[in-house]
Amino acid sequence: MLEKYPAKVARKRQKAIVINDKTASQEIQANVRTVPGIITQRGCTYAGCKGVVLGPTRDIINLTHGPIGCGFYSWLTRRNQTTVQGQTPENQENFMTYCFSTDMQDSNIVFGGEKKLRQSIEEAYALVHPKAIGVFATCPVGLIGDDIHQVSKECTEKFGDCNVFAFSCEGYKGVSQSAGHHIANNQLFKHVIGTREDAPEGKYKINLLGEYNIGGDAFVIEDILAKCGITLIASFSGNSAYNKFAHSHHADLNAIMCHRSINYVAEMMETKYGIPWIKVNFIGAESSAKSLRKIAQYFGDAELIDRVEKVIAEEMIPVEEARKAALPKTEGKSAMLFVGGSRAHHYQDLFTELGMKSIAAGYEFGHRDDYEGREIIPSIKIDADSRNIEELTVTKDEERFRSRLSDEQKAKLEKAGLKFKDYEGLMTDMESETLVIDDLSHYEMEVLIKEYKPDIFCAGIKEKYAVQKMGVPLKQLHSYDYGGPYAGFEGAINFYKDIAKMTSSKIWGLIGAPWEKEKTLSASVVHDTKPVKKEEKESA
Amino acid sequence: MRKIAIYGKGGIGKSTTTQNTVAGLAEMGKKVMVVGCDPKADSTRLLLGGLAQKTVLDTLRDEGEDVELEDIMKTGYGNTSCTESGGPEPGVGCAGRGIITSINMLEQLGAYDADKNLDYAFYDVLGDVVCGGFAMPIRDGKAQEIYIVVSGEMMAMYAANNICKGIVKYADAGGVRLGGLICNSRNVDNERQMIEELARQLGTQMIHFVPRENQVQRAEINRKTVIDYSPEHSQADEYRMLAKKIDENQMFVVPKPLEIEELEKLLIDFGIAN
Repeated sequence: MLEKYPAKVARKRQKAIVINDKTASQEIQANVRTVPGIITQRGCTYAGCKGVVLGPTRDIINLTHGPIGCGFYSWLTRRNQTTVQGQTPENQENFMTYCFSTDMQDSNIVFGGEKKLRQSIEEAYALVHPKAIGVFATCPVGLIGDDIHQVSKECTEKFGDCNVFAFSCEGYKGVSQSAGHHIANNQLFKHVIGTREDAPEGKYKINLLGEYNIGGDAFVIEDILAKCGITLIASFSGNSAYNKFAHSHHADLNAIMCHRSINYVAEMMETKYGIPWIKVNFIGAESSAKSLRKIAQYFGDAELIDRVEKVIAEEMIPVEEARKAALPKTEGKSAMLFVGGSRAHHYQDLFTELGMKSIAAGYEFGHRDDYEGREIIPSIKIDADSRNIEELTVTKDEERFRSRLSDEQKAKLEKAGLKFKDYEGLMTDMESETLVIDDLSHYEMEVLIKEYKPDIFCAGIKEKYAVQKMGVPLKQLHSYDYGGPYAGFEGAINFYKDIAKMTSSKIWGLIGAPWEKEKTLSASVVHDTKPVKKEEKESA
Repeated sequence: MRKIAIYGKGGIGKSTTTQNTVAGLAEMGKKVMVVGCDPKADSTRLLLGGLAQKTVLDTLRDEGEDVELEDIMKTGYGNTSCTESGGPEPGVGCAGRGIITSINMLEQLGAYDADKNLDYAFYDVLGDVVCGGFAMPIRDGKAQEIYIVVSGEMMAMYAANNICKGIVKYADAGGVRLGGLICNSRNVDNERQMIEELARQLGTQMIHFVPRENQVQRAEINRKTVIDYSPEHSQADEYRMLAKKIDENQMFVVPKPLEIEELEKLLIDFGIAN
């Protein structure tokens, strides 16, 4: 795989490729700059901030300050879904289907774009009277130095009933979209979380972090939690709304799905408000059950534990049926997953349930702790690219901090196996002798497919058609193609069905023209023209 | 048509030198266009007699795409064509991008076309080469000749050396060459010899030594070039001389920028450091 690279590139890429060994602690290179010239899967900081973290929230206007392309091409591309809840117009706000942009022109670059930004914010406010407007910086804004934070502040003061806040998430800021997640986390924490004091009703109150309601995943998880009697205050940020974020600090537990994109908020909420966080995973039936049990274990209430067990038992019946139906078509097959900062890990659970082996996996924008486990964080070298991202200094909020667990209770739970502030990482869960590759390049992907011929490849739209032309089906895990939901028990059933279909279709064997596979005709060309003289050839 | 860009440290007297030289060329009967590439838009003040000139970028902003050449080009002393690129207020936007936009606009409007019968186009560029936009006149062959205004002061020489680095960078692609150093005297000790030596080390020439003379200030206060204000004054002859030398110049080189140590040594050798 590395042979084709120049020596220096090969040396760098080698560090990002690891043959997994479960028994050893291995180091992988992650979250470093992609070598220029390599076709990477990665996206930009703006995409991570606007598209991933803030995009799925229905009633915050996402206003892109920049040339129109940035706004247009990040508009609803992730199939985030949302429900409009309640009868009052205020609860029915949904701006996700709109694309707001300042549409910067040459003269805004030359003379500065602040005036146009202010106009755009005012126009958006006049148009729909949103509760909040998020302003997202694109590359040129950082270069010309528009003060988007000052403009936002002035607009907030002027409107009085609309919170305008800005994100310095210029596309070039980090090595991948991961930097944008961090910036989004910071601003949500600074400007939104904790701005509303009324506490929601409920006995077991949690937030779900890092769930973006792709293809309706959040709907499924919301249903399960409701069945169990668990109150979900806010999802960050799938099927969510501004007001939910604003009082999410009343939760007693933060459950993190996508560790990479949102662990910063969880950390900050713990420090400021005393909310502990645990890692959960609602991808895969077993994992969903395990996650529900973890939440129930945290609250430690026999009534809740019983109810959760009852729900799991009920849900597992159709899951088992669907699994058994799919198994003959999937068992013994192989999968490769190169996506996200947690999806390449979580979806392996579903493949395991289908009797399939994940033979190679890696993240687009993960950091070393997403691979090796959270305990290695102190050993991560902080480079210039990471220093570029603001690190908030959070202190305990003396008035609102509430200790959810006594030290004694916490120790007891930990002893019983509940891990707080922990994420084990992808490499711990993958089998030995499998391949772990960070920031897979397009070329490496082709080599993997040719060498190992997986039965299914999981990535995104950029890879989809190249892979399928090689005769391997590709499941998009950014948008689920047209499918989903894949979360929870119901989602698992959907996934089993879809994967069984994809891996057993005969169509993949028909890729390639017939004459590429077998000789259909043999002939030789005979000509009787004079041989071309040497000089003529040269001049031609 | 010869396309000439004048560079130099901020405040060194680029605009004054350019306009006085242009006046000299105009007096010789040459048809000259001056393009001010400074957001302050004061590169044509002496030729236009202080006439407030609407800049290319302001016009573009007000009129949209529908701009006529007459809107942005005024005729000044000696039938010179004067235009100002303009730019944003200090601290906002991107002045460099503005220069790119306005030079492209001028080309599009045919300011350089053969029917204008131009002998010279002069670009008067802000300060040092600070970003890609300010290098625009020396990129893509927009300007073929560069003259650097310099004095015997350390920072002016340092800036001149830096500009030479910019020229080297674009010499291959754009074909730009250094025509020489113009010493705008600040009455520094051994100034003439030192700049001559600097020019020699850079591989170029000191094309002219313009002595310090208060008549320049008097003319400026009256919004005129020296040639216009006091044609008989000796300083007017200096600018005529400079114009003549530029007109007859045959020495165009790719400069060899100095290392900072060499530059410092030069100052020591010529006794400035003592």
